[in-house]
Amino acid sequence: MSYFSFLAEHGFTLLLGTVTTVKVLICATILYVIISIIFGLMRVSNNSVIQGAATIYIEFFRGTSLMVQLFWVYYVLPFFGMSLEAFTSGVVAIGMNFGAYGAEIVRGGIIAVPKGQWEGAYALNFSPAKRMRRIIIPQIFPIILPPAANLTVELLKATALVALVTVVDLTFEAKQINSITWLSAQCFGTALIIYYIISRFFLVPFLRWLEVLAARKLGKEKI
Amino acid sequence: MDAEWKWDFAYQILPKMLWATLNTIMAAGIGYAIAVVVGMLFLFGQRTPYKFVNIIVREIVEFIRSTPLLIQLFFVYFVGPQFGIVLSAWMSAMITIGLHFGTYLSEVYRGALEGVPKSQWEACRALNFSTIYTYKRIIFPQAFPIAIPGMGNYLVGIFKDTPLLSTIGVAELFHAATAVGGYHYRYLEPYTMVGVIFLILSIPAAMGIRKLERTVNKAQGKVKN
Repeated sequence: MSYFSFLAEHGFTLLLGTVTTVKVLICATILYVIISIIFGLMRVSNNSVIQGAATIYIEFFRGTSLMVQLFWVYYVLPFFGMSLEAFTSGVVAIGMNFGAYGAEIVRGGIIAVPKGQWEGAYALNFSPAKRMRRIIIPQIFPIILPPAANLTVELLKATALVALVTVVDLTFEAKQINSITWLSAQCFGTALIIYYIISRFFLVPFLRWLEVLAARKLGKEKI
Repeated sequence: MDAEWKWDFAYQILPKMLWATLNTIMAAGIGYAIAVVVGMLFLFGQRTPYKFVNIIVREIVEFIRSTPLLIQLFFVYFVGPQFGIVLSAWMSAMITIGLHFGTYLSEVYRGALEGVPKSQWEACRALNFSTIYTYKRIIFPQAFPIAIPGMGNYLVGIFKDTPLLSTIGVAELFHAATAVGGYHYRYLEPYTMVGVIFLILSIPAAMGIRKLERTVNKAQGKVKN
């Protein structure tokens, strides 16, 4: 069977799986961005209780494997009466795991804002909330976007794991086709190429564009 | 099925889990050793005098870096038999981990090499040292401390990715947990114990790496804060 007839027969199924993968990617990215901002801010809080809670969260999710967390959410939470759909548990596990990594990036960005900016805000008698919102946060984007972009590419790769909790994504479809046809090179090879295309030609250019946008925005605000 | 944590069940499966932990550590260790060497090869592949080779190796590295480890595992494990090469689960796992993290480590090495000041290279050229001598005596001793934190991080990274190996049937910790859970139809204790064992092993490791990083920075005179 030639590769083209393989594509003709199974290409559409793989494409459907790709749509699910992109859906997981988008939902998990939104969730992880929200979590990283919240916990990143908590991490730099002066209140030791809030800071401690954030530290425990981050160390816990960074210390255990994503796959363990995913299986825990999907297979163990139902025993506590919290049955999540496969898709939801995948998004939640990935979002929470990457949120922990993202929180550290946000914290690094907040710390990296020049001290003069903090002092300026103090001098102008801004409230802490206003200082964060109007002075510090707008300046962290150029600092955090490059590492966050790396993390988002990692997230795309991590979405493959949701196939293990029966989400019908690209990996799941590839595995399924493999078990029907045993054309392993074709189906896994195609899946690898699709992931590569998503990352190289869609995700990475989009993130670079965001970086350029952030840098330009900050440049304008400086003037 | 109830959500109650049963200590006697946990004790009952503990020896099995600890035994499987050894396998996990072994998988991470061997995979890391391969990745360290493969990373070197990828690095030198990108620094040959032939531009064509450099570009090809660079693309291969990019490809491996931006595709999921899980599918790479399936690819290596299932594609071999199609062409008459049968690899055991362990072999395919080690090859995949070696290649996947080798690409990451090659980036770490590259960053470390670029961290060595350019004047060092120029001085070597001025003293007419051979390329091999330059690398061995001048560049590596300075690049290695820069690479240590990154290398440590990926050791922990490999350790945390070993549960993936259970998908192709490598008998490590997560595989044991799934097997035990399926046998007794109780997933709460096995999976929770896996998480706890991972925490117990990886938090001290991460702390050790952070300490090492500080020591290295101090030794290099780059103290932050």
